[in-house]
Amino acid sequence: MRDLLAIPVIFLAVVLQSSIVSRIPLLSGNADLPLVILAAWALQEGVDTAWHWAILAGLMIGFVSGIPMLVPLATYLLVVIMARLLQRRVWQAPLLAMFGITFIGTLILHIFSLGALRLNGTALPIVETLGLLTLPSILLNMLLAVPVYAVMRDLAHWMYPTPEFE
Amino acid sequence: MRNNFSRALQTTIIFLVMGGVIALALGGYFSSASNVFTGSLVNLQTWLSSRFIAVQEFLTAPRDVASLRQRNAELEAEVSELQAQVIQLQQRVGETEILAALVDFSRANPDNTYKAAEVIGRDPSPFLHYVIINRGSNDGILRGMPVVTDQGLVGRVDAVIADAARVQLITDPASNVNVRLENAQTDASLVGSVTGDLELELIPQETNVEAGDLVLTSGLGGGYPPDLIVGQVVNIRARDFDLFQQATVQPVVDFNRLQIILVIVNFTPVDIGPLFPTP
Repeated sequence: MRDLLAIPVIFLAVVLQSSIVSRIPLLSGNADLPLVILAAWALQEGVDTAWHWAILAGLMIGFVSGIPMLVPLATYLLVVIMARLLQRRVWQAPLLAMFGITFIGTLILHIFSLGALRLNGTALPIVETLGLLTLPSILLNMLLAVPVYAVMRDLAHWMYPTPEFE
Repeated sequence: MRNNFSRALQTTIIFLVMGGVIALALGGYFSSASNVFTGSLVNLQTWLSSRFIAVQEFLTAPRDVASLRQRNAELEAEVSELQAQVIQLQQRVGETEILAALVDFSRANPDNTYKAAEVIGRDPSPFLHYVIINRGSNDGILRGMPVVTDQGLVGRVDAVIADAARVQLITDPASNVNVRLENAQTDASLVGSVTGDLELELIPQETNVEAGDLVLTSGLGGGYPPDLIVGQVVNIRARDFDLFQQATVQPVVDFNRLQIILVIVNFTPVDIGPLFPTP
């Protein structure tokens, strides 16, 4: 049941990302809902299915997007790794960890995307990309981080009930 | 006999007195007295009437408020329903206008066969300028087919599944369209950018390019059919030390508001890749 929950949530996130979130740009950047959801889910205490979520999200985004599938897959797995590491170290400030993961995850995604496009023969100007894509995307992801974290925390409490919440 | 006479006399006198009183009243001689009387009567009736109405309202008001609230709720629900209908109809009007324009376009260009499709999404990555449409290989869509609107060129199909396809817009950084400048009678290369701006490259230095020049597909390379409108030249950058001029192009299509597009299904792109020597 816990593993299967990833399918509807990630599916919904990818559909929302493609149909709505991608149509709300800030300059040329936009938010990455699956990345923020993954970061928030992996930061929840007791959650042990974040790896499945990362693989599923990476595959689905790779399928929908024109970007090579390895880019979202590797990024999302790295996000989960970082979230699990940070969750143990800064467990008293989960929102701080959430912002940190979102920031670094977005940066990694954009670096990987730039690299993949360059390998495919499309060299993008780095400074322009940083100013018009990366920084606005980071800002949008940060804005999404708080509400998504709250939703995922409730979902985690529902799926992994702990004594103090029962 | 005498009694009868006196009784008739009394009756006559009474009638005369009454007639006199009525005549005096009609003549207004009793107005002050009648005003006092009628005023008292009216005041009494007003007092009684107001008390009655107050009691009646007290007894019936709760029932009226309840019915009014119910009626208000019904009307609010009806207003909401009608507003939803208005929004739906406005959307349909918008779609109908777009479809009418597309039909006009297809009639004006009878050489091509079109398949209309709706834009249902955009690429999740901000690095790529792709849209997702709701037609796929089941509808005869193939990779490489050009995509247009009634205004001009949109891009070409990049990937296809059974019921959907991904279209690479000409604003994508990896897009490269061979075009010609109508007035200057010269060929050039149109490339996209990360910001969605269109740049015209490889314009020979000796070519006289002016702002407002129309940019059309040239058909060279076999990727797109010729003479599809792309946009207009906005400004030109010509420097003596450069090999070629550059220009910025304003596309005729508003890529942020793409809703319905046409796929040219009778155009088969030519793959000229094998003609290039491999190192």
